[in-house]
Amino acid sequence: MLVEPIVEMRNVAKTYDSGVEALREITLALPRGELSTFLGPSGCGKTTLLKIIAGLISPSDGEVWVKGNKVSGPGPERAFVFQDFALLPWASVLRNVAFGLELRGVPKDKREEIARKYITEVGLSSFESRYPHQLSGGMKQRVGLARALAIDADIVLMDEPFSSVDEQTRRKFQEELLDLLKINQKTVIFVTHSIEEAAYLSDQIVLLSQRPGSVSRIIRPNIERGASADEIRRDKGYLDAVDEIWKILRDYV
Amino acid sequence: MQRVKPIANRVILQSLSFVFFFGVWELAGRWPISLAFPPFSETFLALLRMVGDGSLLKAYVSTLQPLIIGIVFCGFAGIGFGIAMGLSRSIEWLSLPVFIILQAAPMAAMIPLITYMYGIGLTAKVLAVVVLAAPVIVMNSYKGIRNTNPSLIQMCRAFLGTRRQEVIKIILPHAAGLIFAGLRLGLAMGFIGIVIAELMITPTGIGDLITYHSSVAGYAEMFAAISSIVVVAALTIQALQWLERKLFPPEIREP
Repeated sequence: MLVEPIVEMRNVAKTYDSGVEALREITLALPRGELSTFLGPSGCGKTTLLKIIAGLISPSDGEVWVKGNKVSGPGPERAFVFQDFALLPWASVLRNVAFGLELRGVPKDKREEIARKYITEVGLSSFESRYPHQLSGGMKQRVGLARALAIDADIVLMDEPFSSVDEQTRRKFQEELLDLLKINQKTVIFVTHSIEEAAYLSDQIVLLSQRPGSVSRIIRPNIERGASADEIRRDKGYLDAVDEIWKILRDYV
Repeated sequence: MQRVKPIANRVILQSLSFVFFFGVWELAGRWPISLAFPPFSETFLALLRMVGDGSLLKAYVSTLQPLIIGIVFCGFAGIGFGIAMGLSRSIEWLSLPVFIILQAAPMAAMIPLITYMYGIGLTAKVLAVVVLAAPVIVMNSYKGIRNTNPSLIQMCRAFLGTRRQEVIKIILPHAAGLIFAGLRLGLAMGFIGIVIAELMITPTGIGDLITYHSSVAGYAEMFAAISSIVVVAALTIQALQWLERKLFPPEIREP
């Protein structure tokens, strides 16, 4: 491991009450300050694994440690970005972004000041007083991202954040995400089913097998991160990673 | 300009629908079959007379009293109970079967029973309103709570919301629209309850006007009283529906 791990999983398993075994024997370390991706065939339990790290689902076996503490529920050092955005439909963009702080009892002036900063960072500064139904899918997810950044957690957990966003928006958003994370120095754990997305974004890709999901391979794409988005998409390291992932995944599809 | 025309059309057609209805009523009333069926014009004049001599107003004051008491009671107790059912599994399992039956049952059949148990006073009438209105109010509140988007609840937990915050900031605002709709449907049922009570328990208020005028063959007055309660109920419910759309527009109800 190049960097110290911020999240560690030891023998994590999950079997749902219905008897479905979602995850088996996951032992994994995710390095601080990096972007790690869970990638695998649909139904492989990658979202379950992410929600176990978030403390939203408890594992049926094994342990998760975050920053040296055993996870027993959600914590202030973890923020979550939801696949379906999970925005309050009756609240403005400003209130939605400030909602995590509102739940923590931060006074209104203070939390709105912080929220405005992140609204600007995700490029929605003129949309503060709009409501979610007035926004496109991509804009909604920017609100979800700003809400996660606003609570200043070390770790941002993202559950297929771009799956409900159209392709053009997705590319632009991915590029901006990398910039934002660089500025904010976050550790990101990202769930996706897109090979290109994983290879483009990740420092480390965790490939999961079919259900019950277990770690099938860990790939670290050898990409020069300083390059522009277009250069990365033609980079040999990027293309090799995409190839390698596909070779493994094609057996599961 | 494109938009003006359909709206103008709509107003014209809707007015025509009233003209047609009252026209048919007028013709049917003039057809010499039954003396007990007055034409629209006579009914309307009778209505004006009853407004003029104050008897209609007096009737409504006494009719609305048990209706308002009943609905206010349901508003607090029914909504409160529905919310409790939605939030607590034990309360849900204890009471849901009862309310499912109550909602499906023709509750008007209970009204004679109420007379046996609670006599013929105000209590019995309030109870008649409550028996009809409560099931839909309770069930709507319960469904409003139970249908909260699970993703929003998970979001609240992920951002360290307490159970209390989850209820106040997510579940209740999410349910507010449905709860209000339940109140509106409850009021519609309450109108039915109060009219049945006044016809079957003791003739007071608008029920008394109907019974009295039919017994003295004042058919125009009887029809006027009936029509007036139909109009009052319809206008009240429409007003509430309008208010509901203002307060809880559909686009902010669901994500």
